[in-house]
Amino acid sequence: MADAPKKGTLRAAYRRAADIKPRDARTWQVSLNAFAFLFSEMVQYNQTRVDNIAELEHRLEHAGYGVGLRMLELLCHREKGNRREVRLLGILSFVHSTLWKSLFGKVADSLEKGTENEDEYMISEKELLVNRFISVPKDMGAFNCGAYVAGIVKGVLDGSGFPARVTAHFVPVEGQPRPRTTILIKFSEEVLQREARLS
Amino acid sequence: MHAISQQLSPTTGCGGIDILEADTFVLRCFQSLPGTKFFVVAEPGSQGLDALLKNIYDLYVDYVLKNPFYEVEMPIRCELFDLSLTQLILKDKAMLGSR
Repeated sequence: MADAPKKGTLRAAYRRAADIKPRDARTWQVSLNAFAFLFSEMVQYNQTRVDNIAELEHRLEHAGYGVGLRMLELLCHREKGNRREVRLLGILSFVHSTLWKSLFGKVADSLEKGTENEDEYMISEKELLVNRFISVPKDMGAFNCGAYVAGIVKGVLDGSGFPARVTAHFVPVEGQPRPRTTILIKFSEEVLQREARLS
Repeated sequence: MHAISQQLSPTTGCGGIDILEADTFVLRCFQSLPGTKFFVVAEPGSQGLDALLKNIYDLYVDYVLKNPFYEVEMPIRCELFDLSLTQLILKDKAMLGSR
């Protein structure tokens, strides 16, 4: 008969996720370099499996989507005491401050409403953390690795009942050599109708 | 050049070119652990080339190795690397000029 696993073996070394106190989890930090290398590998891995740039963006978005769904669950439980957002501005400010704070350590640079369309909102950042070390070659056009972050936002919005199309864009800024990044959120029709009913 | 110098060296255990001094220029080399070599060619009598090479190596690790679009052994075409390199050189020139 096999012996029971002794203390100090691999199984005993795993900490259950539930054992990690929220106090420790909030200040848990990962090395930026480690993340940069991992993200770079992820982009390279996907690059070999796609035929064009649109598909690569789609894959990164899909990768971020799962993260978004899980972050929503986690943050709702930890930060907000399981309260659900039902208003548009509520969920937007949740993404802009709480989500950004826990992912990147700071709130997003700005949150704006689109001037041309009612259903568009933009979260801007001078430089997305995931793009910090990445220089996109000229022949890839407008490709933005921020598609990963767009996927995270999409996951959060979809999970909380605000379906939307989320994309990441470079917006040139005069006087700056590097463009700033904007996450464009376009809510679907049903969200706007519901919002109109609630106001 | 490294391989030639290793064979030409009068002493054994040579690791390759480190400094090359001539009348019109001075050449310094920095070798990283995996074997990537960084050369800088400067005017004779330039100071602080060691520190400069170290900084350039830091920039290389940051903006080239973490770039998913860079393939190893290919010529470096990373915008961020070029930008920060020019900034570093300008800062260095300004510092040397003030001495």
